[in-house]
Amino acid sequence: MTSAAPPVTPAKSRDTFGEPVPGAPLVSFKDIHLGFEEGDVLRGVSFDVWPGETKILLGEGGSGKTLLLKLGARLLRPDSGTVTVMGKDIGEMPEKELLNFRRHIGFVFQEGALFDAMTVAENVSFRLVEENVAESEIESSVREALRFVEMEPSIEKYPGELSGGMRRRVSIARALVDRPPLVFYDSPTAGLDPVTCQTIITLILRGRDSQGVTSLLATQRVQDAFGLANFRFDKETGKIVRDKSNGAQPSQVSAGRSVERSEQSAQASRVENAEAPPTNVVVLRGGIIYFEGPADELLHSSDEYLKKFLASAE
Amino acid sequence: MFHTMPEENEALEPVIPAVMEGIKRQVLVVQDYAKLSFESIANVFTPPRYWTDTLEQMDIIGVGSLPIIVLTGFFIGGVLVLQTASQFERFGETALTGDAVALALVRELGPAITALLVAGRNASGIASEIGSMVVTEQVDAMRALGTDPVRKLMTPRVVATVLMLPLLTAVSDFVGLVGGFLVAYFTLRLGPIQFWTRAIHALDFGDLVQGFIKPFIFAFIISTVACFMGLRVKGGTQGVGRATTSAVVVSSVILLVVDTFITRILLWAFNK
Repeated sequence: MTSAAPPVTPAKSRDTFGEPVPGAPLVSFKDIHLGFEEGDVLRGVSFDVWPGETKILLGEGGSGKTLLLKLGARLLRPDSGTVTVMGKDIGEMPEKELLNFRRHIGFVFQEGALFDAMTVAENVSFRLVEENVAESEIESSVREALRFVEMEPSIEKYPGELSGGMRRRVSIARALVDRPPLVFYDSPTAGLDPVTCQTIITLILRGRDSQGVTSLLATQRVQDAFGLANFRFDKETGKIVRDKSNGAQPSQVSAGRSVERSEQSAQASRVENAEAPPTNVVVLRGGIIYFEGPADELLHSSDEYLKKFLASAE
Repeated sequence: MFHTMPEENEALEPVIPAVMEGIKRQVLVVQDYAKLSFESIANVFTPPRYWTDTLEQMDIIGVGSLPIIVLTGFFIGGVLVLQTASQFERFGETALTGDAVALALVRELGPAITALLVAGRNASGIASEIGSMVVTEQVDAMRALGTDPVRKLMTPRVVATVLMLPLLTAVSDFVGLVGGFLVAYFTLRLGPIQFWTRAIHALDFGDLVQGFIKPFIFAFIISTVACFMGLRVKGGTQGVGRATTSAVVVSSVILLVVDTFITRILLWAFNK
């Protein structure tokens, strides 16, 4: 496990986008429908991501996990339904306002999506340069972010010279460099070997527990969900430790059927688990939410499909 | 009285909506292109402006294209002399070669051939570069980082091409005249004073305007079509290949069609 100090760059001054609305979810998807020529992919998906929460989107390939992340950043527009982020409906937001909104979120793409004509340092500093941050501050922030993902020695390399795992780490550094309150991770461990997968999950854990980042993470690997649910980053020792509280909220949705969320109980649970941010899982199947709840409940579910899904991951 | 057979009507039924759908899609493509082109120009007037990217593109498009422009310009001037001289020799008027080369190069061949070369070299480069960025999600990443890809990628390329193509055309015209003179000197024994005096005097203000308005319009067509094709890439690396080919073909065809109309308008404007 890694033990380098996490980035300590002070969060830049933000407008109202950066501030979570008290008592409201940070991200809220309501009755999202989205389809293409081949047919509907999302058919009425609704769920919330609360401040400090790590929500994991699980599902087979083509179940719409990446689409939900892109809808959350308004890189895509739903056919119907609303997406609210930090209290604002981003569906009808003009592109200029959207660009400003996106500066308050981090996005880690599946293959990293690093700019291949730029060095690692230029990739990580991209957003800071765009925001006209002072050069001296950029240098220190980039080094901190790269130190956090243990990529400082590769600062002058080009993405083409890096392995898949290294590219993902740089992508995480790029997403976290100016400490956004919300980060979307699109299959950050896809196609990587088990050791590198563990390194990536460790970085996400550290980002979550040291910076209080709220995350929405899409993955096909059940192990990622359990890794994030069962472990936490101990700021004092700088190590990853097993989370005894499990950080889970009581389930609001059971397998195969939706149950209305009780906001009061959800908030109470978050307060109780203030030390370890809650990690919850959403399983997508056939364009709808098949399961929503803590990873532990998923593990002990008697539902045949979920059992099959878990077994396939072993 | 003839009646259409019911079978024929039935056969046409699925065709008409498909044709209408096809037309609608093409109209939408033109609309998207017009919107994107307007946006790329409107971006010049509002911050942020990417001057470094623009200078880099000016270097790639302008300096990078210079060798092929010089080489082709020289030989086009030479071949023009060879072709026209054989006709003028029949009337014993080889002295008019300078006039013909100057007029053909400055008014038409210089701008058109330079534009076609830049389309071949740079439209393909722009479309494949932006297209590759689209399929590897780099354009989405740019948007996710709060940067407008049209402003960052398209506007610098459009501005750079619009600034560089007229300069490249001027170089091509000059080198073409030099090539024409050398061929005339060695094959027709035409003296430098005779050739250059006639070449320069053959051109009036209208010819120069015609020769330098066209590159601006051609440059706009080449760069906007290339960026548009790159930004709408779908289907992985195959899509990038298709976009690259389309960028060259479509921009070349459009610029030649537009050339005909501009020439007609400019000839009318200067009473030619």
